[in-house]
Amino acid sequence: MIHKTYSIQNTKYNILALTGGAAAAEALRQMEPDVMAVYPITPQTPIIETFAKMKADGKVETEIIQVESEHSAMSAVVGAQAAGARTVTATSSQGLALMHEILYIAAGLRLPSLMYVSSRALSAPLNIHGEHGDVMAVRDSGWVQIFSENAQQAYDLGFIGLKLAEKTRYPVIAVMDGFHTSHTTERVEVLEDADAKEFVGEYSPEKYLLNLEDPISLGALALQNTYFEFKLDQEKGFSKIKNEYKKICSEFRKTSGRSYKLFDSYKLDDAKEAIVILGSTAGTAREVVDKLRDEGRKVGLLSIHLFRPFPYKEVGKELAHIKKIAVLDRAMSVGAYPPLYTEIVNSIYHATSRKIDIASYIYGLGGRDTFQKDIEKVFKDLEEGEISEKIKYLK
Amino acid sequence: MNKKLTEKLASGHSTCAGCGIPAIVRTVLGATDEPVIVANATGCLEVTTTIYPYTAWKVPYIHNAFENAAATISGVEAAQKILLKKGKIQKKAKLVVFGGDGGTYDIGLQSLSGALERGHDFLYVCYDNGGYMNTGGQRSGATPYGASTETEPAGEQSFGKAKQRKDLMEIVAAHGVKYLAQACVSNLRDLEKKAKKALEIEGPTFLLVLQPCTQVWKFPTSQYVSVGKLAMETNFWPLYEIEDGKYTINYTNPNPKPIERFLETQGRFKHLFKPENKHVIEEIQKTVDANVERLVNKVKE
Repeated sequence: MIHKTYSIQNTKYNILALTGGAAAAEALRQMEPDVMAVYPITPQTPIIETFAKMKADGKVETEIIQVESEHSAMSAVVGAQAAGARTVTATSSQGLALMHEILYIAAGLRLPSLMYVSSRALSAPLNIHGEHGDVMAVRDSGWVQIFSENAQQAYDLGFIGLKLAEKTRYPVIAVMDGFHTSHTTERVEVLEDADAKEFVGEYSPEKYLLNLEDPISLGALALQNTYFEFKLDQEKGFSKIKNEYKKICSEFRKTSGRSYKLFDSYKLDDAKEAIVILGSTAGTAREVVDKLRDEGRKVGLLSIHLFRPFPYKEVGKELAHIKKIAVLDRAMSVGAYPPLYTEIVNSIYHATSRKIDIASYIYGLGGRDTFQKDIEKVFKDLEEGEISEKIKYLK
Repeated sequence: MNKKLTEKLASGHSTCAGCGIPAIVRTVLGATDEPVIVANATGCLEVTTTIYPYTAWKVPYIHNAFENAAATISGVEAAQKILLKKGKIQKKAKLVVFGGDGGTYDIGLQSLSGALERGHDFLYVCYDNGGYMNTGGQRSGATPYGASTETEPAGEQSFGKAKQRKDLMEIVAAHGVKYLAQACVSNLRDLEKKAKKALEIEGPTFLLVLQPCTQVWKFPTSQYVSVGKLAMETNFWPLYEIEDGKYTINYTNPNPKPIERFLETQGRFKHLFKPENKHVIEEIQKTVDANVERLVNKVKE
């Protein structure tokens, strides 16, 4: 680990060379979670291995529960968080799928855990590489989902995610792309421990199992007369997350000097054509935008951070002036349009009555690399009006 | 109702008339004066005690899902450990899980195994009514050989369950658990003693308690104690404990009643008394005898 402390304009920060996984582990260390329940799976494993070493070296006090499956990981997370502990976990792919049942319970019980996901393709066929199929499969589970583009963002959005969770009592998934982010070493600016600690604060829930003076029953049976209202309450609270997220991002800017929004807009203001994307491929797309701009093309990019709750209104507004849009999904929704495309169509439908051509592209399944030439081809299609209702594939 | 009895699990729950589960819960939780936290697998106990907006629980209680009560308590235990260490809480509670046989023998076995292997400090109590009673009486890994259930019913070509039940005690014992015991709702004094012992031991402990189900075993609601008693007197359900690997028999009948005395009390075994099913009863008797012999030999080891 290359380690150097800089002091620029009174802001002290460390610059480290970290993989996305190690950056996540470093963020987790600084959050000082009480409990981590976790099960190994590629490409998540670097997170827990790094964290386990920190524990072995006495750098964290966290109780690590080495469970026998991801189903039990999420179940133990529910137990620990309900008991009153700041609780975290991490997983990928099949592991996230195995947790599926309990994700809904964690969210329904309003338990604000943080989970890092190094996203990966789902079987069959077996594939261990990056893709968003796993996170997309749990997009309706009631967890907040925040996507990151690189190791720095994975580190930062973990902090924002934890604080958002504990503030709103909704669990949060911080997503990084398996391998492309989780296993790539990058320059990461790391907060001072004290600053990180101050930013996340203490976790002090109002109601928790270990408060023996005030016994609570968690996980009730709600029948036809009450279940519906529970779900409406969950939805009502969820809709407030956007604003909390914005507030916490601005607090984080004060702490770190780095600024986050619901999404990153890149050269969209005067753009005629734009790509909308999630995750690490945004970096590649940004390069292409610069290149095409140099050639005089009016192109731009929208990279979404907050995917759940989806900021329809803001995204719609941001894109309303664009003439042609390509939405790039790194996931397949077999038999339907892919997830991000569907959200963008919805956003625009409600934002403007003007006809905007929106094309759907699926790329990078099973970890297949996406190159600048692939992105250039998308912009070329847009320019030439090669837009139909048919989904296209960047193979 | 006796106030002491309802200190932790109140009256007003909605278990069936003649159900022994509340007696099991109250006896186990009554065995300690320390504070307790309860985790519960989905099942009869859970659905009859927590219908929103009511709860019968006067102690902290969590129900997560069907198969993960042991993993859930693992989380609670880890949280308790670290929060005590950090001084965020002061008092330590005893942690107790209740699960039925479906949630323990079958769907929850992996989660139980993991929690036992990791050595969390908790007591797991399985109330064994030999089937999925909350969903109407389907077969489980605990359903006895020859019993008719909704999913393996007796019929022209079937005498009911064709396989022997799992020996869960041996499975749990194989984890090197310090203390585990088999008990029966019909002998609450014995259950209380065992719960007390289990709760005093640090680390995972396990109780397997027979709970005759009036609805699915099909006997009159006034009879659960006597049906359980016959389970003991016929040696269908011997009472024993395994402490540091050492077996102790607390109750077997040296002059056991024939197994028919137990079987004949219940509708689920009615078909076994047809002449063509005589061999099934003989098989059950053989298994019961062999099991007692096995236990007696274990005690001698």
